[in-house]
Amino acid sequence: MANDKIIVEENTRPDQVPKRIAIFPERISARFETEKPPEKLVMSFPHLIIREVICLQLVVIVVALIALFFNAPLEELANPQHTPNPAKAPWYFLGLQELLHAFPPLVAGVLIPFLVVVALVVIPYFKINIKREGLWLNAPNQTFIVFTISVWAVIILTLFMDTFSVAIPSILLYGLAVMPYFNKKENRFLLWLGRRSLSEWIMIWFVTVATVLTLIGTFFRGQSWSWVWPWQ
Amino acid sequence: MQSKPWRSVFRTALPIKTNLDRSLVMFNSLALHIQPVKVRERAIRFSYTFYLGMISFFLFMVLVVTGILLMLYYQPAIPNAYENMKDLQYVVSSGIFLRNLHRWAAHLMVISVFLHMLRVFFAGAYRPPREFNWVIGVLLLLLTLLLSYTGYLLPYDQLAYWAVTVGSNIVKYVPIIGKNIRFVLLGGNTIGEYTLVRFYVLHCVVLPLFITSLIALHFWRIRKDGGLY
Repeated sequence: MANDKIIVEENTRPDQVPKRIAIFPERISARFETEKPPEKLVMSFPHLIIREVICLQLVVIVVALIALFFNAPLEELANPQHTPNPAKAPWYFLGLQELLHAFPPLVAGVLIPFLVVVALVVIPYFKINIKREGLWLNAPNQTFIVFTISVWAVIILTLFMDTFSVAIPSILLYGLAVMPYFNKKENRFLLWLGRRSLSEWIMIWFVTVATVLTLIGTFFRGQSWSWVWPWQ
Repeated sequence: MQSKPWRSVFRTALPIKTNLDRSLVMFNSLALHIQPVKVRERAIRFSYTFYLGMISFFLFMVLVVTGILLMLYYQPAIPNAYENMKDLQYVVSSGIFLRNLHRWAAHLMVISVFLHMLRVFFAGAYRPPREFNWVIGVLLLLLTLLLSYTGYLLPYDQLAYWAVTVGSNIVKYVPIIGKNIRFVLLGGNTIGEYTLVRFYVLHCVVLPLFITSLIALHFWRIRKDGGLY
């Protein structure tokens, strides 16, 4: 490369068709930072293709088996005069519906979903999410104070609104997150906890709360959104 | 398999013996050439990705096929839509099986797309240069939810009607334009004939076009951003 003479000419005239075009990809630092030594490669055909074919077959078989044994629900014809009690959204929105009973609709129905989507979209554009260092790696004491105040602000707010379904998982996860700060023992579980970054803790919290709310909305809510046990 | 007609369709002659042949199989096929001719051995292990993206895509394929077949038996009108569901159950051969396939594949796709997002997040695969593909992925998750939601109304039974009512009532609370959005979405102030037609067009034409384009972009970007993380 060193003794090759490369003439780089940037032609700006669109009516002249160049004989050859060379494209030098822009060197993005992050791309080359993580570059690892060459890994073992295999041919896509057949190694990847066979996996795809088997995966497709398994997907079709599993869906077909479910479809054979469980019928899709169908109730009577829609009747706008007759409101069922409770009226439930599709299951993946039941977490939101559960929140709607605790927070004002503008917050639970508009603000929270909007913020979740924005938060997901911007994840890759923040350095802290790209570095992903363990939460307690730098300035643990300072981190502890800021982390504790912000987390407990959320927990107290949810307790104030009687949303124990959010508060209890939050308290438990807070306990897990601060464990490596207090307990310096070196067992695998604590080391794993210690390696979790802030963004990972937020995601774990989001998924846990969303799952808990969805499960409650699906299985534990009856007439007028009152608490019922699934076996009742 | 060396005949002229065969070679005119499939440029690679059979049997496939050399690695050059194996490359050409991928290279010369429209369906396969979006994938590289060689891949990292580690990246195609099940334990690496759990194949969640692949599973989501295959579920989408099942949904397209069963969806097109269901369209043959469906009229977006009241009460025809509901009667069509009954016909699928009692008149059409394997009609209920078809509807079951579509319904369960849809639920599974919501789950698999969500799990795919989690896998990508915890692997840190959204990091540069893949940040925009993550954004496309979030849009794909939203489109999956919208497709599922618009499809929910189409049987037009009590379950569908009130689930969509609950969802569309939330839209009302969007500041200033909430009521207008809801009116446009429902084609009126309450769910009725026009809602059914609008949701039908969204579910069968508009959203599938969007999601198909974005899936193509999503796959293309995987290659352009340096392959599977």
